[in-house]
Amino acid sequence: MSTRPTKPRDTTDLAAGLLLMAAAAFFGWQTRELEIGSSLRMGPGYFPMLLSGLLFILGALVALKSLGREDEPFGRIAWRGILFILPAPVFFGLTVRGLGFVPALFVTTLIAAQASVRMRPLPALGLAVAVTILSTLIFSYGLGLPFRRFGPWLGM
Amino acid sequence: MDLLNNLAMGFSVASSLANLLFCLIGVILGTLIGVLPGIGATATIAMLMPITFQLEPVSSLIMLAGIYYGAQYGGSTTAILINMPGESSSAVTAIDGYQMARKGKAGTALSVAALGSFFAGTVSTFLVALFAPPLTAVALKFGAAEYFSLMVLGLVMSVALAHGSVLKALAMVVLGLLLGIVGTDIYTGTPRFTMGITEYADGLNFVALAVGVFGIAEILRNLEDESDREVMTKNINRLFPTREEFREMIGPVLRGTGIGSVLGILPGGGAILASFASYTVEKKISKHPEEFGKGALAGVAGPESANNAGAQTSFIPLLTLGIPANPVMALMIGAMIIQGIVPGPNVVSEQPQLFWGIIASMWIGNLMLVVLNLPLIGLWVKLLSVPYYVLFPIIMAMCSIGVYSVASNTFDLYAVAFFGLLGYLMSKLRCEPAPLLLGFVLGPLLEENLRRAMILSRGDPSTFLTRPISLVILVMALAVLVLVFLPQIRKRRDEVFTESDA
Repeated sequence: MSTRPTKPRDTTDLAAGLLLMAAAAFFGWQTRELEIGSSLRMGPGYFPMLLSGLLFILGALVALKSLGREDEPFGRIAWRGILFILPAPVFFGLTVRGLGFVPALFVTTLIAAQASVRMRPLPALGLAVAVTILSTLIFSYGLGLPFRRFGPWLGM
Repeated sequence: MDLLNNLAMGFSVASSLANLLFCLIGVILGTLIGVLPGIGATATIAMLMPITFQLEPVSSLIMLAGIYYGAQYGGSTTAILINMPGESSSAVTAIDGYQMARKGKAGTALSVAALGSFFAGTVSTFLVALFAPPLTAVALKFGAAEYFSLMVLGLVMSVALAHGSVLKALAMVVLGLLLGIVGTDIYTGTPRFTMGITEYADGLNFVALAVGVFGIAEILRNLEDESDREVMTKNINRLFPTREEFREMIGPVLRGTGIGSVLGILPGGGAILASFASYTVEKKISKHPEEFGKGALAGVAGPESANNAGAQTSFIPLLTLGIPANPVMALMIGAMIIQGIVPGPNVVSEQPQLFWGIIASMWIGNLMLVVLNLPLIGLWVKLLSVPYYVLFPIIMAMCSIGVYSVASNTFDLYAVAFFGLLGYLMSKLRCEPAPLLLGFVLGPLLEENLRRAMILSRGDPSTFLTRPISLVILVMALAVLVLVFLPQIRKRRDEVFTESDA
């Protein structure tokens, strides 16, 4: 948008375009087993096929337009965040039935707390304990959500 | 006098002690999350929405309305105090609000924003009550072709109002539509794009997508740079504006309300457009245009009123047609569907209590904001100084519980992680999440109406052009699309967005 030191191409947009084309190809490939049907009686594959084609064209246009244009700085990537934030809900999903609500939530909070370099171990532990106790009181006892507090993996 | 009777019924529903309490909790929670730096109204609502699902439909939607107002107010607070608008609609507020704060007038800016919003909210609540019922009568005449065209218009508008590249926004809409298709085909029962996972047969969980793309992506973005921010906490002066300042804000608030009410009805993000439009108008007609960008009161009062009025009237297309006008309304539609309510013209006749209860609760939510939330500003400001690394593990725990509580489906939690990554990737590639969400919500509806329209017309696609209402809507959509690609408009659009980024 603004004037910055020029490079031969906009790598961000090139990547965006290529990824969009890849996504379109994936959806299009998944559509191949679906019946396309006719325009009168559209099959389950008709609309998705149309959209996949459209997405592919848009992706290609984004990629093409990125050539010969200035780039903008990409910025930092929150690797540590990705490493600890994203596994938190996954862990909760894997263990909430087996371990039960209380231990699963405790560990989930503890994992998420690791995402910041500023969080020391002891405060993280304290925070996880507090979050677990409060959430159990609010969601399990207060709102009466049907979660097992302690699951079968713990022999309870 | 039907209107008054109906409103009275709405207020009797919304003002039961339990519902008032839920509204209050909603406002407080919404503000609590909304004031977190960089987390806008959409992200806040997405993260808090699951909590409301445990309640009965009316209470749940009332609490959601409370969350919405709280979140919006929280967003303005961060925009004014630390120049970090969570959403493009409060980006305009940040321009002059932050400058006011730097001049030591943070308290005034905050109360002007709240009072302006309250006035706009009151007027537009009446407008919704006035115009929604007759519009449902029109909406009942809409056939599949009209619905299809209207949704196309909504999607095109969301593209026009997105930041940055139009092409990428279009691609996001299409990607959203494709993601919306995941699940079982309603006509044939064929599973589509589920990759053999039966847990995804009912489609991808809407809450998981919203929490991931808006909530988690925001957290990751905030974790990129953990440096401290300059908070204008020391500069909070007296809250209430002086008589002179009060007189100064009347004009902008009135104009903002008018602009917002009209633009809010447009599909595709009226509130955002409204605050930009109001700012431009105030700057144009001001006697001191040079003050804008340096802490002009009108630059806060006008856009904030317009924003709120637009947010309110964007309930009109939602309640009458079942079509969300912006991401927040898309969240509302998702919440309604989870509660078993199919938004559309039938809601007003079949569930009048719900319909009028929601309208009344909008106003109550607004009132609570001014009466309870404004005096608490000191508390919210303290919250701004709570370090971020303490807050986000709490948010992650809440998100996990919330998403799981919707359907007790562990696969929804895996979807959250996936969409969190996707949302972060999108933000790195400068793709806007709002069109994606709108596409996701509208995808199934769009396909259903397309297929129905084609069956009704015996496979003749010209049906969209031969039915007059449909034709008019499609021509509008085309006009919008042509406009955003015109070089002049494009330049102007870039300028507007750059100005708000600065």
